[in-house]
Amino acid sequence: MSKRDDASILPANPPHGEPKLGYLPVADIPHKPRVTDTDPKAARRAERQVASMFILSMLLVVLFVVAFVSIDVSTVIYVPVLGEVGASNLALGLTFGGAIFFIGAGAIQWAKKLMPDVEVVQERHDMTSPKDATEEAAATYERGKEESGFARYPIIRRTLIGALALFPIPLVIMLRDLWQTPPGANPVEILSTTTWRDGERIVPDIGHSTGENVAGIRPEEIPVGGLVSALPMSIKDLKDDPVANMRDRGKSAIILVRMDPEEIRSQQGEGWDYQGILAYSKICTHVGCPIALYEHRTHHLLCPCHQSTFDLADSGDVIFGPAARRMPQLPIRLDEEGFLVAASDFQQPVGPSFWERG
Amino acid sequence: MSTATPANTGAHPVEKVGGQTATFVDQRLGSNKFLSRNLSKVFPEHWSFMLGEIALYSFIVVLLTGTYLTLFYKPSMAEVIYEGSYVPLQGIYMSEAYASTLNISFDIRGGLLIRQMHHWAALIFVAAVAVHMFRVFFTGAFRKPREFNWLVGVALTTLALAAGFTGYSLPDDLLSGTGLQIIRGILQSIPIVGTWIAFFVFGGEYPGGDIISRLYSAHILLVPGLILALVTVHLIMVWTQKHTQFPGPGRTNNNVVGYPLLPIYMAKAGGFFFIVFGIIALLSGLVNINPVWIFGPYTPDQVTAGTQPDWYIGWLDGALRLMPNIETVILGFTISWNVFIPAVVIPGILFTGLALYPFLEAWATGDKREHNLLDRPRNAPVRTGIGVMAIVFYGILWLAGGNDLMATTFNMSINAISWTLRILLIVGPPIAFIITKRTCLALQRRDREKLLHGYESGRVLRLPHGEFIEVHQPLNEKELAVISSKPDYPVLPAPQKADIDGVRNPNYRKDMLRHKISAFFYGDNIPKPSAAEIEAGQHHAEEQAEIEAPLHEYEDRDVIYNAHGGVLHHPGMPKTNAEQVAEQETRA
Ligand code: HEM
Ligand code: FES
Repeated sequence: MSKRDDASILPANPPHGEPKLGYLPVADIPHKPRVTDTDPKAARRAERQVASMFILSMLLVVLFVVAFVSIDVSTVIYVPVLGEVGASNLALGLTFGGAIFFIGAGAIQWAKKLMPDVEVVQERHDMTSPKDATEEAAATYERGKEESGFARYPIIRRTLIGALALFPIPLVIMLRDLWQTPPGANPVEILSTTTWRDGERIVPDIGHSTGENVAGIRPEEIPVGGLVSALPMSIKDLKDDPVANMRDRGKSAIILVRMDPEEIRSQQGEGWDYQGILAYSKICTHVGCPIALYEHRTHHLLCPCHQSTFDLADSGDVIFGPAARRMPQLPIRLDEEGFLVAASDFQQPVGPSFWERG
Repeated sequence: MSTATPANTGAHPVEKVGGQTATFVDQRLGSNKFLSRNLSKVFPEHWSFMLGEIALYSFIVVLLTGTYLTLFYKPSMAEVIYEGSYVPLQGIYMSEAYASTLNISFDIRGGLLIRQMHHWAALIFVAAVAVHMFRVFFTGAFRKPREFNWLVGVALTTLALAAGFTGYSLPDDLLSGTGLQIIRGILQSIPIVGTWIAFFVFGGEYPGGDIISRLYSAHILLVPGLILALVTVHLIMVWTQKHTQFPGPGRTNNNVVGYPLLPIYMAKAGGFFFIVFGIIALLSGLVNINPVWIFGPYTPDQVTAGTQPDWYIGWLDGALRLMPNIETVILGFTISWNVFIPAVVIPGILFTGLALYPFLEAWATGDKREHNLLDRPRNAPVRTGIGVMAIVFYGILWLAGGNDLMATTFNMSINAISWTLRILLIVGPPIAFIITKRTCLALQRRDREKLLHGYESGRVLRLPHGEFIEVHQPLNEKELAVISSKPDYPVLPAPQKADIDGVRNPNYRKDMLRHKISAFFYGDNIPKPSAAEIEAGQHHAEEQAEIEAPLHEYEDRDVIYNAHGGVLHHPGMPKTNAEQVAEQETRA
């Protein structure tokens, strides 16, 4: 295919050095002298202004040091408009910021009032290299190619290309252990299971602040219309094993809601509730935010991240929003001591979808 | 200065020292050659040229404050009990990362100030980068010879977002952790490799114990290192190619009109650096940003409602919210279109389109000429329309990111809001395009009128013979130059199917397509009057104005002097316009 020069379709720019004038000759740029150009008194006034800004800047640095050593970091003061603010932060910010600002303001005032404000003209030069430079470069390149024998020794050339193509492979391979995979582990299985199993006791989530344990939850502790955030009892202590603790919070966290059994239109398995108490995953099936906004009259569960809404009285189905799958339900029962426990693990992966989920 | 030697007695002491230093350095680096060429370099002035400067200066502030933060911040996910002086969280388990952030905020003097400066500077940095990019787009500054710099700019924009996101996650508060959780969901939505990528990124199952230290090395080394390198390349290119300029008196495609680097541009730019720096510090003293102590430490089973991400992430959040909930299972594999499309595909398409735009436009219009004079947005209606379309698209997604806030504030159903925004997202951008294009063409028409007849002054005169005229005033020099600078953008000619000998044109279809696209770009442009027409029109307006002149002789008129300042008239300094005119006259 012949290469076509698109530039030829359009009128070319005139060559450089011969300015294209448009409809105006290069005229004197209109210029209005400033007061400081004509009145020496005004110029001296501007000089004093600039110097005072620089002095102010120096003073503010001194004040900064004073504030730094004298104001306690924890002092909170009330300032109109701003409200309750840290005194130290306010004082340091104002003095430091002011000190910097006035250097800038002084410099600009100086430039505007006292430096020449006459616009000047400079010619541009063509970015394209002159012909002889291009030719010389091409000749040098050819000579280099010739002397190295790059073209003459095809075996060297090809093996070099091969070697250069292969050498980054170790760099990529060494990223493999970004995840030190335990023997036999595979992500699909990991994502598909949680710590829930038959008999695992359900404990209320009393926050991440303490490592205390509680015995469990009795059905009568959950009123109709109520919601309890809960975790498996075997969850590792946050202090001892933060990774395992966080993992289970991000995967096994559930919510328990109680409704009048009459109002349950459907659930994901026969008899998965306990007397109107339903357990659902707390992790949104969209991209994984934990959910706890529950409207007990409609039985709607609303995700705060992107507003997916699930109907907990109807198998946790999606009724609005970007989530595509219903909230997984956890079958529950009562144990011998009268506490709520899981009846098995979830029957489907919790949380956001993934390729191998099926 | 280059000739200054230690023997140069009688000079001002400062100058002498400067001269000595210059000589000392020059003998080792040959720097005076560079200085002699560059100290007088001319920079054109326009407020919109300061956007890039703001980006640069806030980046410098981010580097300075970030370095200070690294001295106190601990990128560790180990759990500790907080014992610092922020009372509400005392005795609570949290990651060391979060505890050290609280420490910076409440126990280290000046720590909160620096933290807030870092965050404010980061927000201003990303904003300035984005607005700067729009300036470049709408004025066509990306055209030849500046396409490379546009690509560097697109890379910088991407890196700025990466820097912001990685930094936002470091404090390990509830809000930033929720952001990471969403990222995990997004990674998992990538077909085939997504699950594994998520496991590699987090070092296992979410959240794992590695992510904070990994984000940390990306945030303080990898990303800023790349930004710094690219900013350097960006500036070197601006320097060697010289800045573009807006049309104006004496400004052509082949010159630069403005202020010399030394002294005025240097004083102004240097001063402006301190202004930006100072304003960031003042803002950080006065206005809280990201009060992480309110959100509490991160835990994957809690979330706060009604919170918003930093502004530059909001549009992705909005896209996630608006996407209909489509997911398909094919042959046992799941594709989460509802996540993959808004979070990966759409940003991918937008950024690729952004990067390719200069090349697409050059191809479509056949315009491969050098452009150093900026376009007025109205003179390239299709480009301006595309830009506005992108802004509207972005704006709707950004609004969608706050659909819950809108619902609570205006007491509307979130369902109704989401559907309205979905429809708007489809029809809004094309409507914006059409309106913009029409507006541009209307402005072009008005420009043509002004060139042909001058200004409509709104004053009606009755001439001695009884005729009424509306007085038109001639344009002043600046307006005349700006308006008449409108370039001719010819439409590529339609190709012939076959030549005279009946040989078929093998490129016919391609050329026809280009002809059509090029006609779409510039076919509607309002032609500019010829030079003679303009002169006649302006002359006529002048005559009218003269008739009217005696009526308000007494009115004050600004006296305009021509600049013949003697200040800059030594060799080596650029020529003033006056000198250029003189030179041209002698040449003629
Ligand atoms: C390149 C542009 C950069 C952007 C946009 C950026 C942005 C951010 C943001 C938004 C945060 C969260 C701040 C907070 O509210 O606590 C942050 C934190 C942090 N950044 Fe940067 N940053 C940048 C460069 C740097 C550099 C160059 C360094 C160090 C040399 C750095 C060091 C840090 C550290 C240590 C933190 C954690 C501080 C804390 O959590 O209190 N950043 N960054
Ligand atoms: S994470 Fe719940 S709707 Fe997106």
